[in-house]
Amino acid sequence: MAETKVTPKSIKVEVKRQATPETAAFVEKFEFPYRSGMNITSLLGEIAMAPVTTEGKQTTAVTYDSNCLEEICGSCAMLINGKARMACSALVDKLMAETKDGVISLAPLSKFPVVRDLAVDRSVLFENLKKVQAWVPIDGSYDLGPGPRQFPQIQEERYPLSNCISCTICMEVCPQFNEATGFVGAATIAQAKLFNMDPAGAVLKEERLRALAGDGGIQECGFAQNCVQACPKQLPLTEAISDMGRDVFVQQVKDFFAR
Amino acid sequence: MAAVPKIIVVGGGLAGLSSVIKIAEAGGKVDLFSIVPVKRSHSVCAQGGINAAKNLKGEGDDVFKHFDDTIYGGDFLANQTPVKNMTAQGPAIIDLLDRMGVPFNRTPEGLLDFRRFGGTLYHRTAFAGATTGQQLLYALDEQVRRFESEGKVQKYEGWEFLSAVLDEAGVCRGICAMDLRTMEVKTFHADAIIICTGGNGAIFGKSTNSVVCTGSAASALYQQGAYYSNGEFIQVHPTAIPGEDKLRLMSESARGEGGRVWVPRKKGDPRPAKTIPEADRFYFLEEWYPKYGNLVPRDIATRAIHRIVYQEDLGIDGQPMVYLDVSHIDRETLEKKIEGILEIYEKFVGEDPHEVPMKIFPGVHYTMGGLWVDFNQMTNIPGVFAAGESDYSIHGANRLGANSLLSCIYGGFVAGPQAMLYAKNLPAQKGDGGAAKEEVRQREFNNILLQNEGTENPFKLWRELGDTMTRHATIIRYNAGLREADEKIVDLLARYRNINLSDKSAWANTSFAFARQLYNMLQLARVIVQGAEKRDESRGAHYKPDFTERNDEKFLKTTMGSYDPIADAPVITYEEVDTQWITPRPRRYDASA
Repeated sequence: MAETKVTPKSIKVEVKRQATPETAAFVEKFEFPYRSGMNITSLLGEIAMAPVTTEGKQTTAVTYDSNCLEEICGSCAMLINGKARMACSALVDKLMAETKDGVISLAPLSKFPVVRDLAVDRSVLFENLKKVQAWVPIDGSYDLGPGPRQFPQIQEERYPLSNCISCTICMEVCPQFNEATGFVGAATIAQAKLFNMDPAGAVLKEERLRALAGDGGIQECGFAQNCVQACPKQLPLTEAISDMGRDVFVQQVKDFFAR
Repeated sequence: MAAVPKIIVVGGGLAGLSSVIKIAEAGGKVDLFSIVPVKRSHSVCAQGGINAAKNLKGEGDDVFKHFDDTIYGGDFLANQTPVKNMTAQGPAIIDLLDRMGVPFNRTPEGLLDFRRFGGTLYHRTAFAGATTGQQLLYALDEQVRRFESEGKVQKYEGWEFLSAVLDEAGVCRGICAMDLRTMEVKTFHADAIIICTGGNGAIFGKSTNSVVCTGSAASALYQQGAYYSNGEFIQVHPTAIPGEDKLRLMSESARGEGGRVWVPRKKGDPRPAKTIPEADRFYFLEEWYPKYGNLVPRDIATRAIHRIVYQEDLGIDGQPMVYLDVSHIDRETLEKKIEGILEIYEKFVGEDPHEVPMKIFPGVHYTMGGLWVDFNQMTNIPGVFAAGESDYSIHGANRLGANSLLSCIYGGFVAGPQAMLYAKNLPAQKGDGGAAKEEVRQREFNNILLQNEGTENPFKLWRELGDTMTRHATIIRYNAGLREADEKIVDLLARYRNINLSDKSAWANTSFAFARQLYNMLQLARVIVQGAEKRDESRGAHYKPDFTERNDEKFLKTTMGSYDPIADAPVITYEEVDTQWITPRPRRYDASA
């Protein structure tokens, strides 16, 4: 990529928009005076302040999900220059350098139903978390004293899995995540591992493994490894899938002989 | 009297989820309303840790010391009884979170690890890396998902609270809310409601808060007659990363693990930070406050940084920035204890804090004030409870780091059962309890807003609000400036009537939702600046160069903000503070080590 010392005059962005789930998609282009240090969420904020396209058409602010603006709430996942990433940490300067013509493109995630513009419905992930009982079934919230002691090594392996922000980027980039397979996706498998590793959570270990056996479960994984590359929180997804794959298989064998 | 109490909880952060858990366990029916999917609530942003005096470091810590540190840190403004109860429950709350599967950092013996945080000399902050809010929120989210799968909780995610439904006697009988996709306005019946809607950083424009932290729900209740207390107490966190759209928090835990704040001794020193030798570095917090050093409470640290930049003129390169340095700490410690926040710095600034000092500046962070509540978390409106950052009850004039996560869970754990108790004794409502009338009122506001043919853009009005609030109502306050801010807000309210929404559609209209929040932000902002103007003293985070001393005789009182609908303005009065356990004493952190 050629180094250029010339400050760009303007930031150009084209947004794939859609007014409602049923209407057709269309593209609108915007242009703003250049400022350094912008990210996509601040760029969308500029559009909200002056929603006029490059053709001079008065339009509406772009609808998109965002909350924390620091890559921890998982809201703002979208396709930026064709790649699934978080809008808040997508820096405009880097994105402009990525493109041939300096025009940044924004589009909603492609594998989830569009609500409006860049906002999509990702509730399927939360339904999947119920399927694998992604929780520790405590007796009650009354005081029962401390939990068991736990080696730091267990915490060090669990903690990265607890960083999952449910952004669904892993599902977006996964070739196996589609309507045909009904694959739960990497995030759900990693959460199952997280809870199987907890001393109290492990009481549901067999049930979680059975939930991941069969259609839509771990067998759908095709080892593309897109998930671990795309995960904004660098979760060890393929390691989790590999570990859980083995555990699911062992459980199936046990069940075959025991039941 | 309802056979099975029906409670509505508004807000799905730590306080809201804590309330929900208690209600579901007690067999109540609970509806949980949230603007965003609950695991995306602002609680997720909390970084450093959660306090409890478990005394696992052999220091002789106990709940009374935690209580005293909190009251002292809050400059004696908080009512003491709720704080005493909170610190007493701290150890049990942390144990519960541990049992729920929160991956707290552990010691080699397998016990919970604790770090030191601001405003205390004891290691009493349990943590999960430097993303503790995330792990705590997820643990409660998971428990509520379990209840949801069992049919005990109904979630309304993507809905925004507009107002409480109040019957003829002024008793709450439910809420009026808006579906943020269909823009439909609907009332929901409840025997009691619990407001857990967080703080109001968005009023200041840029802050460490998330987009939903507008204070809109609290403001709506204030306009319906709830007291809003101590609104003028706004915490400006000393170490935030300046940014275009947000001030990103750089957790106090960086200092807890040994991070040091400094500036070059020489004004405008051109050398790269790493090459400046120790002798040429001014570690000003350590020099000015030998005992607490870099871990003085936040208001003290913020004012020190402000003074370094604006009075001593020693900001880096003449900019409003100082160094927060962790580069001298070994990699392994950084990775185990605070990797999450260092990643934030690297991602958004592009420099590696393992190698070079971070550049930071104070930023608006937390709302100590909020809805007034009694010791059972009920506001002055019968049936309306509040908990978490949206209530005023725990942190007085300044919040200690790592007390917020504790106060949210404590508040929710009190509000849930109290709301159930209240509901069980509530006489049945007459007719529809005022629901139809409230729905009409809200729809009318919406119609006017949607059809208004004006020229003002709500996002631009919001920018102007943020500018004036940041300039006049944050670290340093002058009465003339606060009056100017109030006049500006009144002007913005007038211009609001000339608003024109670029988006008039009835589907997922974010401009419309924002415009509604803006109106409430403007009303609440006046409570903040007027409370600040009338408080002629300095206490905790509230600092006036014209009144530098604390004045207990006149102002050891809770500011009570109430809305006068005729005058369309706040009315400020005062209430005595419960000081029965600890006698107020001067608050100084500059003792020698």
